[in-house]
Amino acid sequence: MNGPIDPNSWQYRQINARAPGLSYLSNALIELVEEGHPVVAGTADLQYSNGLVRFAQRFPERFTQFGISEQNMVSAAAGMATTGAMPFVATFASFLALLCCEQIRTDVAYSALPVRLIGHHAGISLGFYGTSHHATEDLAIMRSIADLTVVAPADGPQLAAAVRASVTHAQPIYFRIGRGQEPKVYDDGVDFKFGQAVVHAEGSELTMIACGSMVHPSREAFRTLRAAGKSVGLIDMHTIKPLDTNAILSAAAKSRVIMTIEEHNIVGGLGGAVAEVLAEAGSPARLVRHGIRDEYSLIAPPTHLYRHYQLDAAGIEAAIRETIG
Amino acid sequence: MKSRSPSSDLATLLDPSRVALLREKAEFVRLETLRLIQIAKVGHYSSVFSCAEIFATLYYDAMRLRRGEPQWPGRDRFLMGKGHAAVGLYPLLVDWGFFSKDILDGYTRLGNPLGDHPDMRKVPGIDFSSGSIGHALSGGLGMVLGGRATKQRFDVYVLLGDGEMQEGQVWEAALSAAHHKAGNLIAIVDRNGYQLDGQVNDIIGIEPLAGKWSAFGWQVHEVDGHDVAALSTLLRSIKTDTNRTQPVCVIARTSKGKGVSYMETEPGWHLGYLAPADEALAAEEIKRGGTSQ
Repeated sequence: MNGPIDPNSWQYRQINARAPGLSYLSNALIELVEEGHPVVAGTADLQYSNGLVRFAQRFPERFTQFGISEQNMVSAAAGMATTGAMPFVATFASFLALLCCEQIRTDVAYSALPVRLIGHHAGISLGFYGTSHHATEDLAIMRSIADLTVVAPADGPQLAAAVRASVTHAQPIYFRIGRGQEPKVYDDGVDFKFGQAVVHAEGSELTMIACGSMVHPSREAFRTLRAAGKSVGLIDMHTIKPLDTNAILSAAAKSRVIMTIEEHNIVGGLGGAVAEVLAEAGSPARLVRHGIRDEYSLIAPPTHLYRHYQLDAAGIEAAIRETIG
Repeated sequence: MKSRSPSSDLATLLDPSRVALLREKAEFVRLETLRLIQIAKVGHYSSVFSCAEIFATLYYDAMRLRRGEPQWPGRDRFLMGKGHAAVGLYPLLVDWGFFSKDILDGYTRLGNPLGDHPDMRKVPGIDFSSGSIGHALSGGLGMVLGGRATKQRFDVYVLLGDGEMQEGQVWEAALSAAHHKAGNLIAIVDRNGYQLDGQVNDIIGIEPLAGKWSAFGWQVHEVDGHDVAALSTLLRSIKTDTNRTQPVCVIARTSKGKGVSYMETEPGWHLGYLAPADEALAAEEIKRGGTSQ
């Protein structure tokens, strides 16, 4: 159930015009319902921000508008899952992973209910909205919760593929996604398997291990460096948990340096996860964690922040050159 | 015109044998609680004693259940915001044939599924895990919404503590349930007046409680929570009204520690342990009755 939806409203037009990546979420969910899956969806006053308004229009009886009550939404999603429904609930990653952390741990993960949590506008992608709206801790928090799968798709097509793959995935899932403006890395219909990284290329000098919104700029940096004769590799580590340790150790056996690249604090997220794997295996490869360096981001439009924190293609390339010369 | 539910036979008048049965089950809850806490050596006696008649009335009169089938999809659901009273519920789940008494007798021992707070993944008959106060009403609302989306019909009962009224999420759920017309969601507030640190009204007052629920759009009833006949009559009338779109809040006026006189008068009994001699005295007093009305 939802209030009236006005397709002529500026919010509605904004989804179509500015955040094409978000349409993949609703479209994938609509397809799953059409195929007979017991999908239901909900949001906390952000149906335009995450594009779920499209799902709400198509299947109003399967959509719940919770208003600004995120914790209530997560616990209710757990309740819905006990009835055989497969709930997808979405709000900003900062509110989902931080405000609702305990509901996710106790009601969803500990209870092993197949709830799909969509944390959108993750990282610093909300720019000048400020630290309250940034999620640079969510991967660290979510991956410490037992039995919770944690995924950071790189773009719309990979998100759609992950959503589609989730119907046969028994565990609850935290999807970390951006703001829908990420350039496409993959074509529609791309393959996706939870826990199986996408190895784009191998390299002897350095292998980038990136996730989510950082896969596209990392690939741009990879192309520039390859053109300059550098032997660099690139792995899309879309699943943070369970982590593809084989892909990491295989890269570490071939590369002198592993560089993790994430729109997240370098503490505890992808960089932390990879560090654990390398240290436990006694790998001789050097690890460089590239990301937000344990600080709160400045205020600026997102693209300015990505440049400032070296999280755009040029910044990633510069960080790599600084490391390998 | 109210339609008749499949269980409209419940709406018939309470016969004396049913009242006697409910009183007997409430006494069973209290005695089993004494016995089980003797194993753990610490527990929430008085939190169970205040809701023993509520447990008895729900499980032996109001709820649709099937013996030995804890996962029957058509069952009514029960969630506990005050999960710390689970020790009083476990014996009833054994009585319904949901799991064996051997498991009950290993309460809290290493590897046993039964702890101070209920775990839906480990304990057949527990519909929702709890322990962190304030989540259960949202969970119950989700069951109503899930049942609606998947076209299943059942009622959802949520037992809330009165101290729990201090949790913000309860009011998020209350607002949301009324908005979404969750007419088959029934909250029961165990208004025993006490929480861990003292009297609810001294810690953070919650009155006027009926006015709050009413203002949030709920149908509100107040009842003596130890009077099984009154509880049963009320819950039957609620169950029979299947056209209702408003969620229902039953404020059950209760006494913490009901049935054991020194627990009723000494507020420090939220969490405690009775040495064997004291336990025997408590059991005697419970058996002497005068607890359930």
